Amino acid sequence: MALLEVRNVSKNFGAIRALMDVSFAIGPGEVVGLMGDNGAGKSTMVKLIAGNFPPSDGEVLVNGEVCHFHKPIEARAKGIEVVYQDLAIADNLTAAQNVFLGREITKGVWPFRVLDKQAMIDRSAELFAELKSETRPRDLVRKMSGGQRQAVAIALISHRMPDVFAVCDRIIVLRRGTKVADKVTAMTSPEEITGLITGAILAA
Amino acid sequence: MQHKPPQSPETGHAVIADVAKIKEQTILQRILASQAFWVSVALALLVTYMSILQPSFGTVDNVANVTRNLAPFGIMALGMTVVIITGGIDLSVGSIMGLVAIVAGLFLTWEYPWYVAFLMGLLTGIACGAVNGFFVAYVGMPSFVVTLGMLSIARSLAVVLSGNQMLYKFGPDAPMVKAIGQAKWPVQTPGDWIPDWIPQFSSHFWVMVAMALALGYALNFKPWGRHLLAIGGNENAARLTGVPVDWIKFLAYVFSAFTAAVASLLLLGYNGSAINAMGQGYELRVIAATVIGGANLMGGAGTAFGAVIGAAFLEVIRNALLMAGIDSNWQGAFVGAFIILAVLLGMQSGGKSLIAATVERLFPKKHR
Ligand SMILES: Nc1ncnc2c1ncn2[C@@H]1O[C@H](COP(=O)(O)OP(=O)(O)O)[C@@H](O)[C@H]1O
Ligand SMILES: [Mg+2]
Repeated sequence: MALLEVRNVSKNFGAIRALMDVSFAIGPGEVVGLMGDNGAGKSTMVKLIAGNFPPSDGEVLVNGEVCHFHKPIEARAKGIEVVYQDLAIADNLTAAQNVFLGREITKGVWPFRVLDKQAMIDRSAELFAELKSETRPRDLVRKMSGGQRQAVAIALISHRMPDVFAVCDRIIVLRRGTKVADKVTAMTSPEEITGLITGAILAA
Repeated sequence: MQHKPPQSPETGHAVIADVAKIKEQTILQRILASQAFWVSVALALLVTYMSILQPSFGTVDNVANVTRNLAPFGIMALGMTVVIITGGIDLSVGSIMGLVAIVAGLFLTWEYPWYVAFLMGLLTGIACGAVNGFFVAYVGMPSFVVTLGMLSIARSLAVVLSGNQMLYKFGPDAPMVKAIGQAKWPVQTPGDWIPDWIPQFSSHFWVMVAMALALGYALNFKPWGRHLLAIGGNENAARLTGVPVDWIKFLAYVFSAFTAAVASLLLLGYNGSAINAMGQGYELRVIAATVIGGANLMGGAGTAFGAVIGAAFLEVIRNALLMAGIDSNWQGAFVGAFIILAVLLGMQSGGKSLIAATVERLFPKKHR
């Protein structure tokens, strides 16, 4: 059974048809890339799965169960986590606090479950080291210059968005709100995907 | 395939240059940068100065008095701090005090046991907070508008329910209510082991201390504290990372109203009576205490310690003015001036303190 299934989903913003009758399924352990040009509907699809808004038509299934998410927290309860590309950062918090915001590591037993600050700092330091970034987990984002702030964001994103072809088992391509391809990575090439994205190659 | 983070030469340069500039803050630097610390220093100086100038200021009795007077403000400043951290404001706390006092007073008048009366008072406060929280967090209205409405509603209800009478015929539990409001610890009796220089702190003071410790613990060691700060810093970021923003904002108003209810019940006990005017105008002093203690009206900053220190600072100033023989009608002017001053000191403009930024604007540097 598919872990996540999107069934005939459409999304309209007034007259704008951001998604039109899109369907796909993702199985357990599968890594799937969703690609497309600017305005193709990627963000809309992800926000829809994550429960930011409901679809205008169609449905989202998690573990075969139809879900009508109205809030991100409901999707989270079903195990859906989203890391946004336009990652917003709270600049009154430190780098480490931002990395773990909303998914803090805690220790101890209720009601004395407390934040495991050291674990979060250590883990963030590891993340930054892996990325060869000089960012220090305890630095306040507010105290960072524009360049450094950007470095934090890049570090966080690049950590989560490695080379698509190296990681993805399958690639789904959206173009102008419709699905134009759903390909196993091993059976395609960056050239083909690029062609599909730009429309040089028509729906395969 | 090996994992290589994309990194342009430009960003690489910027990162190294930036890192060279800022050093990780030491704990000492963090303390020196906090407004609550400097207010504590000012408070200590003021207390020292007053004790030298006015022998009656430093007496154990006056210390017990001052700490009792400041406690209701400190307690409510804790609630206000939580609301202000989220970037909101609660103007209704003074009126909620009045309504809570009347509701509890009515149940006492009807000869219910004290704990029933207190519980009804607390529930009334929580209900007011829930209404505030609902409209702010779930409907998305500005907290200023909602709590201003509640300021009017709660006061009006208090007047109506009380029949505009003072309630003081409290039935069989009247002594218990008074005992709670007037309790002291440690109690000084002649010839006991407790050194005489230790003041007999009021129950109000101890409740404030306990609540401040509990809030300080939650703000520093619970994910809730992180989420609260994140909401004030960047609500959108908090929402996107899965923080239950609406629920936490809702709870902030409930907590603020709860602190107002606690303060109200303590004062009710102390006075042995309930009047519908209780807490009138207190919202201003509570907000003042909160911002003096370093909470940021724009959200994202505030501490439990700061709330208590801010309340203490205001009360000591008030006490000092009284002792200096200054007309008590001047108090409002001082409180107002301190609000403006505290906000001014805490304001940041483009990473600089507002004062530095203003100086620069008035006297621009010719050469950059
Ligand atoms: N909230 C919205 N209101 C109106 N139109 C929107 C909204 N969000 C997205 N759109 C439109 O839907 C289309 C798909 O956008 P989006 O999902 O952001 O694309 P992508 O992320 O693939 O670049 C675009 O035409 C965009 O303008
Ligand atoms: Mg997008």
